[in-house]
Amino acid sequence: MKTLYELKKNEKTKVKTLHSRGVIRERLVSFGIVRDAEIEVKNCNFSKDNIEISVNGTFIALRSEEAKSIEVI
Amino acid sequence: MIKNNIIRVAVVGQPNVGKSMLINSLSNSNLKVGNFSGVTVEKIEARTVFNGFEIVFIDLPGSYSLKDYTIDEKVTTQFLDSDEYDIILNVIDSTQLEKNLYLTSQLLELNKKMVLILNIIDDSEARGIFIDSIQLSKLLGIRVEKSSAKTGKGRDDILNSLILSARENFIESKLQFSQPIEEELENISKFLVSINRDGSRRESLKLLRGKKIDRELAPILVSASKHLEVHYADLSIDEIFSEERIAIANGIAREVSKMTITKNRNLTEQIDEILIHQLYGLPIFLFLMWLLFQITFELGSIPMNLIDSVVASFGEYIGNYILNNEMRSLIVDGIISGVGAVLLFLPNILILFFGISLLETTGYMSRVAFLLDGFFHRFGLHGKSFIPLVTGFGCSIPAYMSARTLKSERDRLITMFIIGFMSCGAKLPVYVLFISAFFSSDEAGNILFGLYLIGAILGLIGAKILRKFIFKGEDEPFIMELPTYRLPTWKLVWHTVYIQALMYLKKAGTFILVASILIWFASNYPKIETANLIENNISKTEIKKFELENSYLGLAGKIVQPVFEPLGFDWQLTVSLFTGIAAKEVVVATLGVLYSVGDEVDETSESLIKKLQESIPLATAMAFLIFVMIYMPCFAASIVFVRETGKKIYYLYLLVFTTITAYISAFITYLIFTKI
Repeated sequence: MKTLYELKKNEKTKVKTLHSRGVIRERLVSFGIVRDAEIEVKNCNFSKDNIEISVNGTFIALRSEEAKSIEVI
Repeated sequence: MIKNNIIRVAVVGQPNVGKSMLINSLSNSNLKVGNFSGVTVEKIEARTVFNGFEIVFIDLPGSYSLKDYTIDEKVTTQFLDSDEYDIILNVIDSTQLEKNLYLTSQLLELNKKMVLILNIIDDSEARGIFIDSIQLSKLLGIRVEKSSAKTGKGRDDILNSLILSARENFIESKLQFSQPIEEELENISKFLVSINRDGSRRESLKLLRGKKIDRELAPILVSASKHLEVHYADLSIDEIFSEERIAIANGIAREVSKMTITKNRNLTEQIDEILIHQLYGLPIFLFLMWLLFQITFELGSIPMNLIDSVVASFGEYIGNYILNNEMRSLIVDGIISGVGAVLLFLPNILILFFGISLLETTGYMSRVAFLLDGFFHRFGLHGKSFIPLVTGFGCSIPAYMSARTLKSERDRLITMFIIGFMSCGAKLPVYVLFISAFFSSDEAGNILFGLYLIGAILGLIGAKILRKFIFKGEDEPFIMELPTYRLPTWKLVWHTVYIQALMYLKKAGTFILVASILIWFASNYPKIETANLIENNISKTEIKKFELENSYLGLAGKIVQPVFEPLGFDWQLTVSLFTGIAAKEVVVATLGVLYSVGDEVDETSESLIKKLQESIPLATAMAFLIFVMIYMPCFAASIVFVRETGKKIYYLYLLVFTTITAYISAFITYLIFTKI
């Protein structure tokens, strides 16, 4: 399983499955992070604990834990 | 239909859609500021009169969805569910149609009249996104208006639409879910009708979503959810509906918007390449912070000194006209200096909030959280905790207030609990006094820096402990939008600063005034007969010492002194801890009085330094410093703390937490220094 966290900067791909449940999942979904959504890694911070992704022209910051729960193609 | 020609409009939108700006331009800034009941979330109402109707706008806090995910969302959801309003004004960012329509689809479910505003339309058109508002209006079944709050475009159209919609009858929304859900809704509806109950779509939806428990329908609902599970791979009903909504939003967005130009890298991306760069991001941020604090506390000290001297000379001037001694003392030392204490913090608050609102309205604040979250998260804090914590090095009052930028209640509380560990400006005189008394001038700088550092480290450890034992629970996820950079609008920045200042003066101000008077009373009463002392040629300083020693405050200090025996504090040090509650810098003046040097001392006073060297050992001095560093915040800060946390019980927690930590740390310090 390849997750969002393993992507390199400026790498583009599509979302395969969301492995988180409940509120976190709903929040991700409300930002348009759903199956087949195009997703791109934009930046990460100094400690690599957080990454920034772009979905549908929206920039979203995630923690590594959340990024690891998003499976990509 | 409409009572007294007043239309109450609940203005709802996701964060950063330009909602406040829009309200500003719709209402000509006739604002009323308050709080939503029970929480410290600002409630802003604005009104305007148009075509004979009075329109009241209620600015609900920005929410991505109607979920209790943040305090803001909780407040918005609660208001929409149970407060009184006639119509919803849903403001959306035209550049992010899909994401915004997610909330819209939830709002439509509320079965309220609604008008949709495509805001920031000029931006989206400039980017080549064209939205067919007529088609959108047809799909949603509500009025849709385009607007640019920046240019004031569309103002009359919006007001007109609101009035028209308010006067019309409500029409149920036509939003369609996907086939399996629609099938189940129909099943439930049919069943409801067959048992002579309300078979409306609204009722069926409520039942299907499990918002209403109903025994009669249990079998049909169970089979419905089984059916849906098959289609949606074991998702819960809430999860299913969230996917449905984004699918609907996506479908509508595709149908009504046309992108004419290929998307080139936009400005936000280019700016972010620099501002949140993995290596340069932090130094740039630290520089900006340094600048903000220089301005807040350096520039702020000019009006502060001015306020201080104006209040002092005003007090003196008034004092000359009051013959009765006790009356004069009450008015000059109690009331006037109390008012002075309130006003004193105003310049800091104004400047800091000017800076913070710039950071927030431009969109940089979210980047700050992104840059720092990695570090702060390890201590159970949030990236945004940084600003309140650093502000704490200046003064706790604006620091507590700036903690509002933290949206999660738990993050906010933990941050507020440890703000006191960041040594505020008023503790500096105490540090300087003791350091110059016990260390050579070569060491002084390092020791001072060390004290600040120890405070910060203890604070972070404290946060970790609080997170682990007091504010327990799962980590809150960090899923945060980094909004498009926008130029700040001065009107909005001014509006934010004005509201903060107003809230501070109104709420905290009155309490700080009362507290100042109480402290004045406790340090001046009961009155001691000093006439015979004066006759016996006892110096003025000795009399002052005698008076303070026998005041309520002094007596309290003396009673409590045995508790501080293990730390080596004498009664003088103990009493000064008590007066330090009024304001930390008062500790120095109190020590001056109690060690009989006089009250006109400051931290550089040679005689006081000498006296301290003679009277207390190094170990006690260090323990005292550590205690002052950590123990309870001053009165003014305490009042702001209570107001910002919204619950008095938290203040009790704070007292226990800081006092115990201070005592233990001071005791350890005392042991270490007695050994060496």
